[in-house]
Amino acid sequence: MDVLDLSASYDADFVARVQAESGQNTALCYQCGNCTAGCPYTFAYDIPVSRIMRLVQAGQRRAVLSCRSIWLCATCESCTTRCPNDIDVARIMDVLRHMARREGFATERNVKVFWDSFLDSVRRHGRVFEAGLLARYVFLTGRFWTDADLAPRILPKNKLGLKPHAIKGQAEMAKIFQRFAEQEGRS
Amino acid sequence: MKIGVFVCHCGSNIEGTVDTAAVARASLEFPEVAHAEDVMYSCSEPGQEAIIEAVRSKGLDGVVVASCTPRMHEPTFRRAVERAGLNRYMLEMANIREHVSWIGKNREANTNKSADLVRIAVEKLRRNRPLTPKRFDITRRVLVIGGGVAGIQAALDCADGGMEVVLVEKTSSIGGKMAKLDKTFPTVDCSSCILGPKMVDVAQHPNITLYACAEVEEIGGYVGNFTVKVRRKATYVDWVKCTGCGACMEKCPSKKSHDSFNEGLGGAPAINIPFPQAIPKKAVIDPAFCRQFVKGKCGVCAKICPTKAIDYSMRDEVVEEKVGAIVAATGFDLFDHSKYGEYGGGRYPDVITSLQYERMLSASGPTGGHVKRPSDGREPRSVVFIQCVGSRDKSVDRPYCSGFCCMYTAKQAILTKDHIPDSQSTVFYMDIRSPGKLYDEFTRRAMEEYGARYVRGRVAMITPKGRKLLVRGADTLLGTQVEVEADLVVLAVGAEAAKGSPHLAEKLRISYDKYGFFMESHPKLRPVETNTAGVYLAGCAQGPKDIPSSVGQGSAAASKVLGLFSKAQLESDPQISQVNLARCVGCAKCESTCPFGAIHMIDFRGQPKAEVIETVCQGCGICAVTCPQGAVQLEHFTDNQILAEVDALCRF
Amino acid sequence: MSGLSYAYYPGCSGLGTSSEYDSSTRAVCKALFMELSDVPDWSCCGSSPAHAVDHALSAALSARNLARVRAMDRDDVLTPCPSCLTNLRTADHRMRDEAFAARANSLLDAPYKGGVRARSVLQAIVEDVGMEMVRASVVRPLKGMKVAAYYGCIMNRPPELMAFDDPEHPMAMDLLMEAAGATVLPFPLKVECCGASFGVPRPDVTARLSARLLLTAREIGAEAIVTACPLCQMNLDLRQNQAARFAGTAFEIPVFYFTQLLGLALGAPEGSLGLDKLCVSPARVLEAPAAGETNLTQGSRS
Repeated sequence: MDVLDLSASYDADFVARVQAESGQNTALCYQCGNCTAGCPYTFAYDIPVSRIMRLVQAGQRRAVLSCRSIWLCATCESCTTRCPNDIDVARIMDVLRHMARREGFATERNVKVFWDSFLDSVRRHGRVFEAGLLARYVFLTGRFWTDADLAPRILPKNKLGLKPHAIKGQAEMAKIFQRFAEQEGRS
Repeated sequence: MKIGVFVCHCGSNIEGTVDTAAVARASLEFPEVAHAEDVMYSCSEPGQEAIIEAVRSKGLDGVVVASCTPRMHEPTFRRAVERAGLNRYMLEMANIREHVSWIGKNREANTNKSADLVRIAVEKLRRNRPLTPKRFDITRRVLVIGGGVAGIQAALDCADGGMEVVLVEKTSSIGGKMAKLDKTFPTVDCSSCILGPKMVDVAQHPNITLYACAEVEEIGGYVGNFTVKVRRKATYVDWVKCTGCGACMEKCPSKKSHDSFNEGLGGAPAINIPFPQAIPKKAVIDPAFCRQFVKGKCGVCAKICPTKAIDYSMRDEVVEEKVGAIVAATGFDLFDHSKYGEYGGGRYPDVITSLQYERMLSASGPTGGHVKRPSDGREPRSVVFIQCVGSRDKSVDRPYCSGFCCMYTAKQAILTKDHIPDSQSTVFYMDIRSPGKLYDEFTRRAMEEYGARYVRGRVAMITPKGRKLLVRGADTLLGTQVEVEADLVVLAVGAEAAKGSPHLAEKLRISYDKYGFFMESHPKLRPVETNTAGVYLAGCAQGPKDIPSSVGQGSAAASKVLGLFSKAQLESDPQISQVNLARCVGCAKCESTCPFGAIHMIDFRGQPKAEVIETVCQGCGICAVTCPQGAVQLEHFTDNQILAEVDALCRF
Repeated sequence: MSGLSYAYYPGCSGLGTSSEYDSSTRAVCKALFMELSDVPDWSCCGSSPAHAVDHALSAALSARNLARVRAMDRDDVLTPCPSCLTNLRTADHRMRDEAFAARANSLLDAPYKGGVRARSVLQAIVEDVGMEMVRASVVRPLKGMKVAAYYGCIMNRPPELMAFDDPEHPMAMDLLMEAAGATVLPFPLKVECCGASFGVPRPDVTARLSARLLLTAREIGAEAIVTACPLCQMNLDLRQNQAARFAGTAFEIPVFYFTQLLGLALGAPEGSLGLDKLCVSPARVLEAPAAGETNLTQGSRS
C-alpha cells in the first residue's frame, strides 16, 4: 500500500466542488458507518459508501471518481434516511457521478451506456421507448444475450410495445437535451 | 465627583481588537473623569491593586472598569473598591469583551464603541449613590428534589451537617435509576448493596423528612426564605399504618399495572411495593388498574391488610415547607427508542433497552436474575449490544454523548458472560468513551478477558429472521458491511432530561438548555450553582453523568448549602425598588405586577401607598416601568440614570 | 360520494412493461370515484438516468410536466410510479431555490414557476378516500390470501421529501390490503432495494437483491407479494427466474400491483386489471379467495 501524503494529495478544489454541488457539508460525517451498514449495494461496491465519504473529506479526487461504487448506487436513499448527521449521502453520490462523467471516468461502462441509452430514448421520443432502449444498449455494449432468457416470458404478454409513443412536444424535448449539451460544453 | 476609568486588555481578548490605551485616553475627556489607564488583567491581583492605589492616591470616589461581563467579575471589582475604602456600589462596568471585542473584528470601530460604552458607564456612575445592603435571617432547612443517588447524597450530607432536610421523591421509593441497576462499573459491585444502606440512612436520619409519592407544586420566596408547596399524592394506603408486609400484593387480583421499576418487563399488582429494599417500604395503589377503582368493587387488599391501612377515599394533600435552600436532583429519563424504526421501533420483543436488560440481570428482577428472551423465555446465546441509541445523533435531536453508555455496555457484556458462559456478546460502537479512573481498563477487560466482540460501526437495521434477529451493521475498521444473528438485542439508550424538567425549572426560576437539562451558573467554575441564589444542582438533572460524578455533585451541592447556612444572616441586594411616597397615588398597579409579591399596600396618614418589602424585592424593575407616576424607582437604575445613559449615547 | 378529481401522470412504463399497473390504477380510481385527467402531452421524468447525469437536467425534464399540470389549472398531480414521484417532488422542491430554478428553467421553452404537489395514487387513496371508505366499498374480499406488502426504497424515502407514511415501516399498503380482506404478513424488508434499474446492465446485482426479498417473503409464508412500483414489480416478477437461479432455488410467487388486488376486491371489471399480464401466474393464489364465489381466475388463465 502506498503511503498517503495528506497535504500533497488533498485536493481542496474537489472538496469544495462536492460540497457546493451537493449542498452538503461533508465535515459533518463522523464515520459511524451507518450508510455502509444499510446500503444494499455494499456487496457490489469496490469502496463502501462510508469510505467514499472519508475519501471526499480527505480530498482524494482520483480515488473517488475512478471507483465503481458511484456507478452502482441506486439512490435508494437508505443512507440519506438513516444518517445520524442528516447528510444527504445519496445526493453526494449523485454529484460524484456527475463529476466522474464530466472528467471522463466510467468504471461501470455498461451502467453508463444503459443510462445514456435511456436518455437518448427520451430525447428522441419524449417518452421512453423500452424496446428501442434495449436494442440500443445491446448494440452499444455488444451484449447480445442481454435478458434473452426473459423474451419468452414477456413477449406473450404483449406489454413491450414495438413502436415508440410519439408526443407532440418531441421537438421541445430534444431542445432540452440540446441546451443541456451546449451548457455542458461551455462550462 | 472624581471618577477613575480602568480599561482592561484581558490579555489579547480585548486588546486584540480594541485599542485600550486609546479608550483610556478618550475617557479622560468625559465629565468628572480624573484618572484613566489601561491594565493588562484588571481582575488579577496587580490589576486590583492598581485600582485601589489610584482610588487612594487620586482621591477617587467612583470607578468604571471596562472589561468583561459583570456576570463574570462585578463581585470581584466591588470587593476591590470596598478595599479601597469606597462604597462597593460606586462601581460601574462597561462590557467591552462580550459586547465588543469578541463580536467584531474592526479595531477602529471596536475602539470607538468601547469608548461609547465607557461614556455611558460614567454617566450612570455620576448618578449612583452609596447603598447599604439589609441583613435578614435565614431558614436553615433545605429542600432536596429527587431521591436518586445524587439527591440522597445531598440530603445525607446536609443532614449530617446538622441541617434539616426535606426530601421530595416523585415515585413511591427513593433510589432512582441506581436502585434498578444490577451491578455498577468498573468494580462490578452490587448496586443495591452499596445504595441500600444509604437509603436506610435517609429513612432513619432524624434530620430528614422524606415525602415519597410527592411533587413540588409551587415555590415562592427567595434565598434563605423559600416557601414550598409539596403535593403528596394519594397512595390509598395509610403509610403510618402500613408495615410493608406485602400481603396485599400477593392477594391483589389485578397484576397488570405498569411495572415501572422493572421497566415494564413484567406486570405489577395494582397495589404494589416496587422492590424489596424500597424506602419507604410502603404499598401504593395504582387506581388505573385497581378493580376497586375501575369496577367499583373488589376490596381484597382492604380485607387482607392486617393493619387496616387501605383507604380508598384518600385524596392528595398539599403541605407547605419553609426552607432556605433548594437542591434540584431530578435525574434523567431514557431515550425512547421507538423513534428508531430501523431497530423495530419497539415492535420486536427481543429488542430491549439496557435498563430492561439490567432488570433481567438483577436477582430481584422479574426473571430472578436469569437472562430470558421476552418473546419465548429462552436463554440467549448471541447477544448484540448497540451503542449510541439516542446519543450523538442529530437526526433525533440528541447530538450529545450520554457519557455512561460505553461503560455500562462493557459491564453488561461482562455480566452476560458471567450469567451465560457459552454466550457470545457483540458490541457495535462508534467510539469508546471511558475517561474515568479504571474505566478504560474495564472496557479492555470486556474484550480481553470476557471475549466480547467489539465492532466499530453503527447498526443500520434489525430484521426478524425466524426466531432470531438479523443485525446488519458496518465494521468501519474492516471497511465493510457485517451481519450478526442475535437472540437478543440490547439498545444502549441514551439519557435525556427528565420529563417535566422545563416545568420545574420555571418554578425554580432557573435556566435550562434546549434539551431540558438545568443550567449551571458557570460550566467550569460554578458547576453546582444556578443563577438563582439558593438553588443548587446535583446529578443528571444538570446533564448526563455516572454514579461517581452524581455522588460527587450531590456532596458539592450540600457543601454549598452548608456554606450558605454557615452565615448568621444573609445580605440582600440593595439595588431594589424605592417608593416616593409623595408621588405615589396608591393605584396598586405595582402590587399586581410584581412577580415576587414584594410590594404591598399600606395606610399612610389615611391614604393608600405602596411599600416595598426589601428582602423580597429582586430588583427586576417591572414596578418601576408600571408606575404611572414615576413614584417607584429602582436603585441604580432610576429613570434619570437610564435617560442619562441614552443621552450620552445619542449626543455623539 | 362527492367526486375527487386529479391530474394524472401515468409515467412511461405504464405504456409498456407496467401497462397492467396503469390500467388497474384507472380501474381502482374509477371504482373509488377518483376522476383522473391525463396531463396533456406528458413526457418522461428522466427517471434515475437523468439525476445520475445532472440535477438541473433532471429537474427540467420533470418541470416540463409540472408546468403542464399548472396549465391545467391544478396544483396537484397523481402518479402511480415512485420513481416518477421522486423526480417530480425533487424538481419542485429544488426549484424553490432561485439559482437552481434559473438553471433548470434555462433548459426549458417555458419556465416552471412552482406550486405543484405530486403525490402517489397510493397516498391519495389513503388520504383523500380513506381506509373506512375503501373498506366499505369492498365487494369481494380477498379472504385467505396471505400477502407481503413491499414498498420499495423510494416510496417513502427520504422522509423530508416524500412526507408520507413511515420511512422504515410504511403501512399504507398493508392497511389497504387488510381492508381488501387479505391477510397481510409482517414483511421485514418492506423498504429494502430490489436492484432498481440494474437489471439490464448488472443483472447479477439485481438478482441477488431480489432473491433476498423473494426468499424472505417465502420464509414468512407469503403466497404473493404486493408492490406499488413498476421497477420492483418487474424485478420480482419478470426476473424471478434470474433471482431463483442466483438463490439456487425455484420461486413461484406472484407479484401483484396493489391496484390489481384492490381492484379485484372492489369488483372492478377484470379485463381492466391485467392479471394476465403477470409473468408468474396468480391463478393458484386467486383460486382460494374465489372459491365458491366467482371464477375470478379466468382472466389470468386466458
